[in-house]
Amino acid sequence: MPQSNMNPPAASGMTPVRFITVNGEQHSPPEDPRTTLLDFLREQLDLTGTKKGCDQGQCGACTVLVNGTRINACLTLAIMHVGDEVTTVEGLGKPDALHPLQRAFVTHDGYQCGYCTPGQICSVIGALAEIDRGVPSHVTGDLSAPMITTRLEMRERMSGNICRCGAYSNIQDAIAEFVGEPR
Amino acid sequence: MRAFTYQRVAATAEATAALARIPGAKLLAGGTNLLDLMKLEIEAPTHLIDIRDLDLARIEDTAAGGLRIGALVSNTDLASDARIKRHYPVISRAIVSGATGQLRNKASTAGNLLQRNRCPYFYDTDQPCNKRLPGSGCSAIDGASRGLAVIGTSSACIATYPGDLAVALRLLDAEIETVDAAGRTRTLPIADFHRLPGDTPQIETALQPSELITAVILPPPLGGRHFYLKVRDRASYAFALVSVAAVLHPDRTGRIAFGGVAPKPWRVEQAEAALQDSAEAVVSIAFDGATPTEQNAFKVPLAARALASVIARARESSDAV
Repeated sequence: MPQSNMNPPAASGMTPVRFITVNGEQHSPPEDPRTTLLDFLREQLDLTGTKKGCDQGQCGACTVLVNGTRINACLTLAIMHVGDEVTTVEGLGKPDALHPLQRAFVTHDGYQCGYCTPGQICSVIGALAEIDRGVPSHVTGDLSAPMITTRLEMRERMSGNICRCGAYSNIQDAIAEFVGEPR
Repeated sequence: MRAFTYQRVAATAEATAALARIPGAKLLAGGTNLLDLMKLEIEAPTHLIDIRDLDLARIEDTAAGGLRIGALVSNTDLASDARIKRHYPVISRAIVSGATGQLRNKASTAGNLLQRNRCPYFYDTDQPCNKRLPGSGCSAIDGASRGLAVIGTSSACIATYPGDLAVALRLLDAEIETVDAAGRTRTLPIADFHRLPGDTPQIETALQPSELITAVILPPPLGGRHFYLKVRDRASYAFALVSVAAVLHPDRTGRIAFGGVAPKPWRVEQAEAALQDSAEAVVSIAFDGATPTEQNAFKVPLAARALASVIARARESSDAV
């Protein structure tokens, strides 16, 4: 069995953090360090909203937020996230209390099969946080001006989320409604 | 994925000591490329040394007037830094032309420089590949080579260095700062960091076994107008067929580096004087000795056209790009 020294260092006198926080709940990391964050969420925590598409960082179906930043859960080990706060789609909304972005996806039919949708939702939240803190994109004109949420910008920033059903135009509409006028 | 042990270190010396002591150990930062390759068992480290807690995630001003970029600064944070945007925009442009938002958030500065090549035969473990299995042969030379290198190659390997950031760093003559298990530090020019394949394509960089990259050092800003034009099969999230990084000045001097064409970021300083003449003249010098395959011969004229486009943009408007 692989062995691990998983505890991050702590200042003397402090108890090392031993948990991965997922949607506000603390969990012990998996025993096998090979477990990806994606498999940890789905197989061990039964949080199956986060989807496994390609398992190699190309499709974005596994996108989650770690400390508010979007990443591919398939290309990171759960054990690397001891001390981090992970938010999955289950942490954003509930069936009876949808997140406004989820509501916008429903309104605009921003999916067919729905498999990519949790990743799309988390990715939009992450992308908007990036815009707020001045992260440029490939289509940004002036690097130094405040970043804006035009359709072109959102389309580029969402290029890591594939929809094999091809619901992109409706996804764009849902995002546009959620962000409102380009800011 | 092969079994491995995992360790999260608190100090750089702890990381290099473990690297030196444990056969088959590897450093783990963002992990996006490493884990992808571990799943395919192309990489099979026995031990992972997670360096996320090291104090290497800051961008600091240097006494020389440049910047010192910590090895763990994420690609996103580097592209977004106000000093980078203002004084080294070619770096921001190069970064955001690669990968996706999710990957750039996780990928580190040093890890990005160390990413492995994307040759399809390197990934296909049923095929010979001299990088993956030295001595087994190169499947690419007579195979699907459209995306592969046209210059700097050898009879052992024609893989392309896939990154964008390193092309911008080569343009700027950045330096790589390292420390080893004995505590020795060194800085080496990025021009000497990535190796050409020769007879040993499995050795991709000048990094020594117990060395850890601590920072990338940028010299003082060059001024001029900065461009990063990436020509690829999709408008987003694709590796370059050809990319051009350029710093151009009104007097038609400047610097040019190419990506997607060679096993390392490709810059030929002698070619830059030909900017006074034409893009074709620059490319004819920079690609002198190129040995493209039938499938990727298009890259040489494409490089000339991409550079011509950049030069035209530089001359038609004084707006920032």
